[in-house]
Amino acid sequence: MELLEKNEQVQTELLRHFENKIEKGDSIEPRDKMPDGYRKHLIRQMSQHAHSEVIGMQPEGNWITRAPSLRAKQILLAKIQDEGGHGLYLYSAAETLGISRDEMISQLHSGKAKYSNIFNYPALTWADIGAIGWLVDGAAIVNQVSLQRTSYGPYSRAMVRICKEESFHQRQGYEIMAKMMSGTDAQKEMAQDAMNRWWWPSLMMFGPHDSESPHTGDAVKWKIKRHSNDELRAKFIDKTVQQAEVIGLTIPDKDLKWNDATGHYDHGAIDWNEFYKVISGSGPCNHQRMEHHKRVHAEGAWVREAAEAYRAKQEKQLLHS
Amino acid sequence: MTKEEALYKYSLKMGDNALVHSYRLSEWCSNAPLLEEDLALTNFALDMIGRAQAFLTYAGQVEGKDRTDDDLAYRRSERLFTNSLITELPNGDFAHTIARLLFVSVFERYFFTALQHSSDTTLAAIAAKTLKEVKYHATHATEWTMRLGDGTSESKKRMQAAINNLWMYTGELFETDEADAMLQGLNIGVDMPPIKENWLQYIKGTLAAANLTLPEDTFMQTGGHKGIHTEHLGHILSEMQYLQRAYPDAKW
Amino acid sequence: MTKDSQLGTWEVFMQSKPGANYIHAGSVHASDKGMALQNARDTYTRRGEGTSIWVVPSEAITASNPDDNDMLFDPANDKVYRMPTFYVMPEGAKAI
Repeated sequence: MELLEKNEQVQTELLRHFENKIEKGDSIEPRDKMPDGYRKHLIRQMSQHAHSEVIGMQPEGNWITRAPSLRAKQILLAKIQDEGGHGLYLYSAAETLGISRDEMISQLHSGKAKYSNIFNYPALTWADIGAIGWLVDGAAIVNQVSLQRTSYGPYSRAMVRICKEESFHQRQGYEIMAKMMSGTDAQKEMAQDAMNRWWWPSLMMFGPHDSESPHTGDAVKWKIKRHSNDELRAKFIDKTVQQAEVIGLTIPDKDLKWNDATGHYDHGAIDWNEFYKVISGSGPCNHQRMEHHKRVHAEGAWVREAAEAYRAKQEKQLLHS
Repeated sequence: MTKEEALYKYSLKMGDNALVHSYRLSEWCSNAPLLEEDLALTNFALDMIGRAQAFLTYAGQVEGKDRTDDDLAYRRSERLFTNSLITELPNGDFAHTIARLLFVSVFERYFFTALQHSSDTTLAAIAAKTLKEVKYHATHATEWTMRLGDGTSESKKRMQAAINNLWMYTGELFETDEADAMLQGLNIGVDMPPIKENWLQYIKGTLAAANLTLPEDTFMQTGGHKGIHTEHLGHILSEMQYLQRAYPDAKW
Repeated sequence: MTKDSQLGTWEVFMQSKPGANYIHAGSVHASDKGMALQNARDTYTRRGEGTSIWVVPSEAITASNPDDNDMLFDPANDKVYRMPTFYVMPEGAKAI
């Protein structure tokens, strides 16, 4: 009993120390003491973020072989490669919390870990590549810029690097849309159609409204999350509306209008039924994305085994020489 | 054949090889055995697209019909592509991709080492830049050949199968025609026999070090340089050229 | 063979230009030194960020314990005589 009390005291002391650091705005480093909830929250968020980058390679990867010019192919390939790199940075950052990449991958495969819902939508035409870069990456970057100041050091450092690299992603998407909007009628139609299909899912990327968001409390207190879902969503809408106007795209929301009082756009109601339907596995591509990832993982196993076996042989040889 | 015609053919062949090989490597994106390897294979594909742009742009200039690199890549049909067959074969497993990268990049290393001394300054400049890239590709392929050849019994089996399956496509890399001969005579093109000798020496050494067997001499497939391809190239082009063909008036 | 099928982890240090310090860039997975170096190259120098790379197995790195920060780092705080500005120089003296 006494021991338990002592332990509790130590824990309270540690928690106070941790909260002081957070309060002061110091970053938390891997060897710092941290509450279990903080660690768990980070692992969940960072692995989800990493999985999203990696799964996000698929819808765009679907268009690499069909990119309509050598320049377009180069850009798209470099962009998708970046997504892979960003997944890699984020897995590494999460690994500093004591979880291995292998564990994270098996959590993804078992369904315990999630990835961003947006990648469960199909990339149907070339204009979708524009829309994904402009809207999806545009939404992601709003979130990522905010996360550069997240309290966990390795996460924050990964985000700084990612933001620096991602700055061209949104531009490449917007450039595709702009080119198509100044092209033939068929191209314009394709661009508007992609806009119509990707607009609402992009808004959903910021997650439920603040009033409905279950994890926001601790994440804000611990400074993992620096802005609320609704704040970030508003930021995204505000900058995107103007960009759409410049190239002549219509935003598929008849209730969208500027609100002088709030200094933001008001938007129509988001169809959260669809959001939860897709999250729970009924999106058009959920099954396809996971099967792809599992297949690639299984098919690569013999290669990774061979690499390990080769190293073991080399080490043995070194020992005997 | 005029010098210009020969130079066009020469540049086109190098452009097509880079373009088609890059197509196959780009198919690995989001499909590699390790995230790091995904980035590596994509880097190689990007190097090759850059090289294709350089050679196809030059081919277009030499031809003098105002065709751009994109015109040549996206508006030519099967019989007009002159890449070596080995570049267009489907990826197969990782061992096949590594074996192809080994065979092709080691060839390219010796080839561009020679071509950087071409009396044609454009070819020499592209060759010098390309050489840096293919040296790395060859190193990467060599190291993986060792790991797979001397890894597990499964990886050894797969790597040996890949070497055996692709062997009959390696002869074509060294093939020369009238255009090659003419350009070599003008000190624009390279002398192939020493390249073949160096290549064979290197491949022999690598396979031996990786506990793999050099395939026996066999019939060598050919035809790519004359536009007689495997059935695979048609599928590559119908996918690659789809948007340009479906919307001929559109700019992308 | 390790249980983790993602291969071992390595820390990557990069020199951004000749003569500069090597700075931690991030990590990669690889089974051997050669692979680690190549993976670091393919991951962290895609935008010409480096002129030289070190890779170190992650397990070879020992980090100080944050609990020891008082003991390790605070004692240096009052040793101002290690700074050049601590010293009073006679007026008019040059090049010192």
